[in-house]
Amino acid sequence: MNKLTATAPQLKRTPLNNAHRQLGGRMVDFGGWDMPVQYPAGTIEEHLRTRNHAGLFDVSHMGEIDVRGADAIAFVDKLTSNDVTKLVDGQAQYTTLTKPEGTIIDDLVVYRFAADHLLLVVNASTTDKDWEWIKSHQSGESVELNNVSADYCQLALQGPDAQSILQKLTDVPLDEIKYYRFTRGSVDGVEGIISRTGYTGEDGFEVYAPANRAEQLWNKILYTGNMGTPTGVLPCGLAARNTLRLEAGLALYGHEIDETTTPLEANLGWICKLDKGDFIGREALAKQKEAGVKRKLVGFEVTDRGIARDDQEVLIDGERVGKVTSGSPAPFLKKNIGLAYVPVEFANVGQAINIDVRGRLVGAQVVKTPFYKRAK
Amino acid sequence: MANVPEDLHYSKDHEWVRVDGDQAIIGITDYAQNSLGDVVYVELPKAGEEFAANEAFGSVESVKAVSEVFTPVAGAIVNINEALADEPEIVNSDPYGNGWMIRVKMSNPGEVDSLLTAAEYEDFTKAESE
Repeated sequence: MNKLTATAPQLKRTPLNNAHRQLGGRMVDFGGWDMPVQYPAGTIEEHLRTRNHAGLFDVSHMGEIDVRGADAIAFVDKLTSNDVTKLVDGQAQYTTLTKPEGTIIDDLVVYRFAADHLLLVVNASTTDKDWEWIKSHQSGESVELNNVSADYCQLALQGPDAQSILQKLTDVPLDEIKYYRFTRGSVDGVEGIISRTGYTGEDGFEVYAPANRAEQLWNKILYTGNMGTPTGVLPCGLAARNTLRLEAGLALYGHEIDETTTPLEANLGWICKLDKGDFIGREALAKQKEAGVKRKLVGFEVTDRGIARDDQEVLIDGERVGKVTSGSPAPFLKKNIGLAYVPVEFANVGQAINIDVRGRLVGAQVVKTPFYKRAK
Repeated sequence: MANVPEDLHYSKDHEWVRVDGDQAIIGITDYAQNSLGDVVYVELPKAGEEFAANEAFGSVESVKAVSEVFTPVAGAIVNINEALADEPEIVNSDPYGNGWMIRVKMSNPGEVDSLLTAAEYEDFTKAESE
């Protein structure tokens, strides 16, 4: 067995770091953060429990950027690919921050509180980069920008039981919050933001609250959700977060999307509103749309024995044509799946591909994504 | 606390060896399976293949990672545990019993004497965890 390495002491910590350790979380370095990769139940059980009942995730490491002022909407609309002007109060949208080349600086969710108040929720590993980019693009607009990442904790409660658990802790009628809508409200007496959003492909909520109330909310949700019973909520680590989002066909920054990929190549054309008006990267993306993308992100299922992993090469007819961006077992589907970039002429359901798994060619087939869709 | 049976020999790579005449049965320890998490795939060699001491004979995969497994003793594969192809999770539930991986005809049976005893392995894993 290879020697397992210890984590470095100077990693960033969320307010729940002690809680994770007390629960027996196995801590790892995730983009400079000391985070639980799994708890004693294990990744597979955490994954299945989320699909069948509920899972609770600490996502406090994600970043929040507050944008206020008369030009808030116009300012953010100019920097992102989706159409911010379409939002109403209490609505959120998934979008990308793009470079002039049309490539992706980050994927994020924009929350509209009011016409003069937006909140951008960005990835943990790119928070600093995004903040610098956004700040550097303010030139005369009437906006006030604040990096409020340290002020917030964020908990994601996901799964078919998420609503019934959370409803016990709030007077806000949760069934009135539709998908990608949110409201201010209190959870267990803590004022925060409750949004019906998530990264698992299940129904669920994300709760944003003051960082110093994180432990209270975390413990209360686990208690109220009957952690420790066979159908109760389980705390879930980053490994389960990854297998859940992969089954749901969701991109992970640094894998499916980065500063070398465009939304059009990554199946994110639906959040790329080229007709909305000008935004950074619009021209390059319009050109790419006209010419057609040369490569495309596809989902695949491994058909031979073996598990495809990140960064392994994809071969078609003996030629190296692309790369796996994310590869892993899928605990709910009980298959081995992945996402990969292939030349557009091969980006068709049914296309047979091979993956170089540490020197052995393993057969796979392009399939439709998402791999998993929850029952309505 | 991880289980460390008295009657086995151990390596610093967290494999165990059960001696059966001039043959050795090899698997990974309870400490190793616990560190790995859910085992989802085991890659094993074929009967007849030969390995030097400390050479990688296969790999064990968890959801997140791939780990090589090394044979603490030199020899040729007599047979492998076919059950692990369909039920890799036996490595987690029964690492010293039904989770065995390979049976090897040892080229040098004396090699087991230089492996760790149960007590030495237990001390070793305690030091590693600190």
